[in-house]
Amino acid sequence: MPDAAIAHDANPTGFAHQFEDLEQQRDAGRLGMWVFLATEILFFGGLFAAYTVYRSLHPVAFDIGSHLLNWKFGATNTAVLICSSLSMALAIRSAQTGKKKGTIIFWLVLTMILGALFLFLKFRFEWYQDFLDHTIPGFGFANQAGWGANAPQVQMFMCFYFFMTGLHALHMIVGIGVLAVLTGMAARGKFTSQYFAPLEISGLYWHFVDIIWIFLFPLLYLAGGRYPH
Amino acid sequence: MSTTATIDQAPGASSEPQVNYLNARYGIKSWLLTLDHKRIGLLYLGTITVMFLVGGIAATMMRLNLIEPQGALVEPETYNKLFSTHGIVMVFFFLVPSIPATLGNFLIPLMIGARDVAFPKLNLLSWYVFVTGCCLMLYVVATGGVDTGWTFYTPYSSLSSHTDVFLAAMAVFIGGFSSILTGMNFVVTIHKMRAPGLTWFRLPLFIWAMYATSLIFVLATPVIAVTMFLLMLERLLHVGIFDPALGGDPLLFQHMFWFYSHPAVYIMILPSMGVISELITAFSRKRIFGYSFIAFSSLAIAVISFLVWGHHMFVAGESVYAGLVFSVLSFLVAIPSAVKVFNWTATLYKGSISYEAPMLYALGFIGLFTIGGLTGLFLAALATDVHLNGTYFVVAHFHYIMVGGAVMALMGGLHFWWPKITGRLYPDLWARFAALVIFIGFNLTFFPQFVLGYLGMPRRYAMYPAEFQALNVLSSAGASVLAVGYIIPLIYLGWSLRHGQIAGPNPWGAKGLEWTTQSPPLTENFLKTPIVTEDAYDYETAPEPEVVRA
Amino acid sequence: MMGLTQFALHSTAAAWAMIPLTPPTASSIAESVDHLYYFLTGITVFFSVLIFSIIFYFMVKYRRRPGREFTPETHTSMFLELSWTIIPSLICVVIFVWSSALYVRNTRPPAKAREMFVIGKQWMWQIQHPEGPREIDALHVPVGEPVKLTMTSQDVIHGFYIPAFRVKKDVLPGRYTSVWFQADKTGTYHLFCSQYCGTNHSEMIGWVYVMSRNDYEAWLAAGEQSESLAQQGASLFKKLGCDSCHTGTASTTGPSLAGIYSKPERMADGSTRVVDDSFLRQAILTPSTIHVAGYPQIMPTFTGQVNEDQVMQLIAYVKSLGAQERTKGQ
Repeated sequence: MPDAAIAHDANPTGFAHQFEDLEQQRDAGRLGMWVFLATEILFFGGLFAAYTVYRSLHPVAFDIGSHLLNWKFGATNTAVLICSSLSMALAIRSAQTGKKKGTIIFWLVLTMILGALFLFLKFRFEWYQDFLDHTIPGFGFANQAGWGANAPQVQMFMCFYFFMTGLHALHMIVGIGVLAVLTGMAARGKFTSQYFAPLEISGLYWHFVDIIWIFLFPLLYLAGGRYPH
Repeated sequence: MSTTATIDQAPGASSEPQVNYLNARYGIKSWLLTLDHKRIGLLYLGTITVMFLVGGIAATMMRLNLIEPQGALVEPETYNKLFSTHGIVMVFFFLVPSIPATLGNFLIPLMIGARDVAFPKLNLLSWYVFVTGCCLMLYVVATGGVDTGWTFYTPYSSLSSHTDVFLAAMAVFIGGFSSILTGMNFVVTIHKMRAPGLTWFRLPLFIWAMYATSLIFVLATPVIAVTMFLLMLERLLHVGIFDPALGGDPLLFQHMFWFYSHPAVYIMILPSMGVISELITAFSRKRIFGYSFIAFSSLAIAVISFLVWGHHMFVAGESVYAGLVFSVLSFLVAIPSAVKVFNWTATLYKGSISYEAPMLYALGFIGLFTIGGLTGLFLAALATDVHLNGTYFVVAHFHYIMVGGAVMALMGGLHFWWPKITGRLYPDLWARFAALVIFIGFNLTFFPQFVLGYLGMPRRYAMYPAEFQALNVLSSAGASVLAVGYIIPLIYLGWSLRHGQIAGPNPWGAKGLEWTTQSPPLTENFLKTPIVTEDAYDYETAPEPEVVRA
Repeated sequence: MMGLTQFALHSTAAAWAMIPLTPPTASSIAESVDHLYYFLTGITVFFSVLIFSIIFYFMVKYRRRPGREFTPETHTSMFLELSWTIIPSLICVVIFVWSSALYVRNTRPPAKAREMFVIGKQWMWQIQHPEGPREIDALHVPVGEPVKLTMTSQDVIHGFYIPAFRVKKDVLPGRYTSVWFQADKTGTYHLFCSQYCGTNHSEMIGWVYVMSRNDYEAWLAAGEQSESLAQQGASLFKKLGCDSCHTGTASTTGPSLAGIYSKPERMADGSTRVVDDSFLRQAILTPSTIHVAGYPQIMPTFTGQVNEDQVMQLIAYVKSLGAQERTKGQ
């Protein structure tokens, strides 16, 4: 009998035929996610590098730009994301310790709510306000008095702000989608203390998106410090 | 002793096996929704062949135009679009995927004794992403083209060009994701799915090469994605990311672009080197000389390739100190390649050498890659690079590596594994003839360009001073021969699909797990997972070749 | 296609007798670059021939014969591996040291070079002699004297390339790059744009005319009677009101510019910068990025009020003040 058939019988839940056993599948999934995260680090890294170059070339303009941002919302969002990482970890933990599917679903849904809260705070209170203040490049951007010769570089700062947080937000949206799928799987009772690899792997992704934000927040929101000038 | 994999067909059988991956299921859906790495490899093969033809037509028109100093065929505006199309299509949509997505996809699971790659659905997705990028690029070509060169230098590309830079950059952006997915798949497959007993140092060197390539895929490609992303945003929003008038730095684009594009050229050559290791051993029926040196050289090349990008920018405004650093690192990256060339040559010593087409391609590769690599030293050397940068010398150098190297290796590999992939043999006499035509045509096309370069003819010129005409005509004549050389295999390989002699599981008598299974293989590759107990290339225990030299 | 091949072969045979392998060696560095080139060519030929011959020899000697006897495996030799790693490395070290020394020497302009300005724009070269004459797609230089070109672009990146002198430098918008050479042979040589810049990139070419010293002076004098660059700069300096702050004497608003060219200047943050062309250009166009010690940062920007030509005029004017003593208090 072909190996694939033997393997499939021995490891029924969610088992993919190209693997020998569930352990190999889980190992492969984990390594795959780490490799994917490495690509994401290089992807965001390119943006961080470009941002750093321009910040060192135009420190004054980038300070001005940073002060246009609402650091209080940024800080709140940071706290929201850290909590969502906690709830994600607890979702994985509850699967690992064989809790009922209701517990897993609770933590997953809480993570999604926190993620959605992050996006809501960002889009409704930060970006919408930026739009009203005419600080979104390409969408009615207007130079303000007091920027002087720094105006073009302030616009460039805002470009980087929207590119980087926008890319991050896109990753959050994808992450919430993934969580929704996982919630569906949990509801169908797919996860056991033996098989919870999709949760683990998605957890890695979610934590990564969180960590990117933890770098973005100080770089973008706190440039130039927040002490009284 | 030899492996215990199942051979479900006696050598020299005169009829195809009943079931294989090609006839297991029929119909267009079974191909477009396949999860079989072998079929996906063939889907890629078809796609890159189409892109190669597009890039080749652009090259033909360029060379025809350059027969006359004032341009024989097209206006400068069109010529600029032609060389840009040629570069973008050939680099991003032909060479980068070529061996990895075709031979890599097909062979990696077979060579490591696995049933498929780690993530078959991602594999199929990568092909669809690739096709999307290709279609977008073809759309750009069809609706007026792009004229920035494949290097998209700013501010020309961001501010000045009137062509569809946005969509071309998007096509590259999208195509890059297929590389990332492929690279991820290969890294995990090679790490986690090797058959029992197949330790790292028993792996075929093709796998080492593909592993090193995949590291570059994974780490470098995201940077070109971000670079194209920023270019697209600047085209769309005019925000001055690379515009000096608004505080942007056009040189930042070059740094970001080359940070990917230099490792990219190693994406193009490392798999080829892997193929050559397989061909040289098979056709000398000997172990490779210096196995671990070749394996570690592949890794060294991958690592060092990330550190040399500035050698494209010696005269671009880089500081002298940066130039010195990048120069010394560029010399460093040449050494592992030299080590490989010597090891391949030494493998021939006391071998039992035969000259079927794959071997001719392999030997041609070694010679042409040597010349191409050595001419790289002229460019790594600062003082000569000042004179040669931006001239036809650079063009000749990289074509020696990419065409004389990578494309010859692709041809050699296709011919070598053709019986495994299709279950058919091709007429070897025609194949050897085509290899010779390609070799001659290639040298005739590109060798004069070294001379043109030192004489000072810049690249990307639609017209040139009359004194350069003779060499240009020679190069164009060579190009016509080269074109013929590429057409011949299309014909006989296509012919062989219907009328070629049926191949047994191991017509070449080669070592490697892929040769222990039927030709063409079953969908699941092996009925029973093989258990490996020998080193790679242990030709003492190899079966005799079935193919008799004509 | 056959006709094409025949034509190619005929012209090759005819041309080979006439085609040189190197461009004219017309500058002080050209020959030394060629020597390195010949060495590299020698290395390439040597190793290519070596590899080709060994392969060919093995191909013949070890071709497959029927009834082969199995020979003992030879597949590893630390001695060989080390040799063919170390020897190429040593060769690379030699090449690197040689070429780097040459490069550092070739890119450091001599102190007393005749300075000219170059502006590249799609698709022409504008050369500005400090004495006044300007030329398009042509560059007249005296033989035997070092010439330093300060270059910028008005639009996209171009490349300034004179094959006969073996010099090349990219020309960028928004900043100055520079290149120097000493033409050692009179004659006429190609000038090419070497960085793709759009539709007429291949027509952005010109000629370099190397003349004897006397002929050059005569050419300068016979050129269109315009003021020297410095004189034009002086007029502009007054017209733009620069002299209201840079009064030339001790002033609280702006430093005197007499004698500051190519001297180090202390900045407010304690660092020191040399007042070169790039510094002056930066000061004129983006003064908020420069804070000279002892002076308030109040200089307005002139971006949009002066083009690259005019910036060069102002720089030439400041250079011409170099001969004067700085007044007390600066």
